[in-house]
Amino acid sequence: MNWNWSHVDDFMPLFWDGVELTLKALFFGTLIAFSLGLVWAIAQRSEKKWIRWPVTVFTEFIRNTPLLVQLFFLFYVVPEWGPSMSPLTTGIVGLGLHYSTYTSEVYRAGIDGVPAGQWEAATALSLSKRRTWTAVILPQAVRRVIPALGNYVIVMLKESPQMAAIGALDMLGQAQGYSQATFTYEAISVVGVAFIVIAYPASLLLRVLERRLVR
Amino acid sequence: MSSEFFGNWFLPGIWITVQVTLLSAALAFVIAFPIGVLRTNRLWIVRFLAGAYFEIFRSTSSLVFMFWIAFTVPPVFNISFQPMFAGVLALGITYGAYASEIVRGALAAVPPAQREAGIALNFTPTQRLRRIELPQAWPEMIPPFNNLLIELLKGTSLVSLIAVGDMTFAGDLLRLVKNESAPIYTLLLALYFVFAFVLTRGMRLLERHAKKRVGQAPAQTGLFGGMRAKSSIDAVAGTGAAK
Repeated sequence: MNWNWSHVDDFMPLFWDGVELTLKALFFGTLIAFSLGLVWAIAQRSEKKWIRWPVTVFTEFIRNTPLLVQLFFLFYVVPEWGPSMSPLTTGIVGLGLHYSTYTSEVYRAGIDGVPAGQWEAATALSLSKRRTWTAVILPQAVRRVIPALGNYVIVMLKESPQMAAIGALDMLGQAQGYSQATFTYEAISVVGVAFIVIAYPASLLLRVLERRLVR
Repeated sequence: MSSEFFGNWFLPGIWITVQVTLLSAALAFVIAFPIGVLRTNRLWIVRFLAGAYFEIFRSTSSLVFMFWIAFTVPPVFNISFQPMFAGVLALGITYGAYASEIVRGALAAVPPAQREAGIALNFTPTQRLRRIELPQAWPEMIPPFNNLLIELLKGTSLVSLIAVGDMTFAGDLLRLVKNESAPIYTLLLALYFVFAFVLTRGMRLLERHAKKRVGQAPAQTGLFGGMRAKSSIDAVAGTGAAK
């Protein structure tokens, strides 16, 4: 077995840069995924066909195609028509957009879980549509779906290394760069362990949260 | 995009994507059943070890794991293998962990009385599993397996990053050679979508078939109307006549 710990030490400064970028992408990606997902979920309950239909087709398409190819699409094709984005921005938009279609399903389930009586009560009080959503339905729906949404944060963390393919220097991107420059291979193991160290406690935390919120 | 490039790169790429999907799905399936079953074992140490497998692979990125197998394992342990082998191994092991959770969940959903009935009939644990628990758990597993299979199909695009010539790799190569990207990536997205669509439909047929098998059985071979049951085993399992 060939293993050299000094390469691990050498890699550490780069690794922390990678961690920073990964967390940045995760934070903004999550923000996009959580807010866009809600938009899709509400749009799919619209009474107007011309809103419901395109949103359904769009989200189904995104959900059934790989994130990696979507990242390539955003990175290489979109600049031909409009703005070109940095690898990090592309990664954030890609992650956010991809997982917004998943979180929209989560919201949908949460909204469906609100008892029908609540809708009727809102009608009886002649609340406006907007008030019904913001004051009655969403506060009840969101509370239930927080654990499921949290799960997608972990999923997004695990899928974020795909950004490395378009040149974003996240944890994996840094490890790849270091390995290729020095002809060593220890760096990738460091990143692999880092994922377990971050993701496993996070999932334990979620389980506690789930027990508190969903009863 | 010229047809010559399409024939030389894209078609073989599609075939490799199909191969990687099928092989890693098979590996995941082979891993999932024993691990899932062991996670319901009576001994805590067995449950713990099988659970640890699930937790570890649920907490790592499949891409990082794939890179690790492809680029770290060979030099550290002085072995060498094809990139495709590394890709299939990484995907199979990762998705096997997810699938084991599905198996565990479905087994846990079988009513405890069914297990007790098996004990009352003096079945060995293996017989109980094969004749009673798995046949009832199976229809429950198909819808989540279907979702997992779609995830796996999309996950196969990652093998392009360790230089396996799947269709994403072919697309990437074409972009470099032809210096155009819009038609290539649009076609790629469409291809994945069609594959996912076909898989979903296929699995839905399978699901209908499995549900029918189990759903129909009690009427023909149930415990009380068991005239057509071939044996008590079939009667308890509720699958006799439909076999």
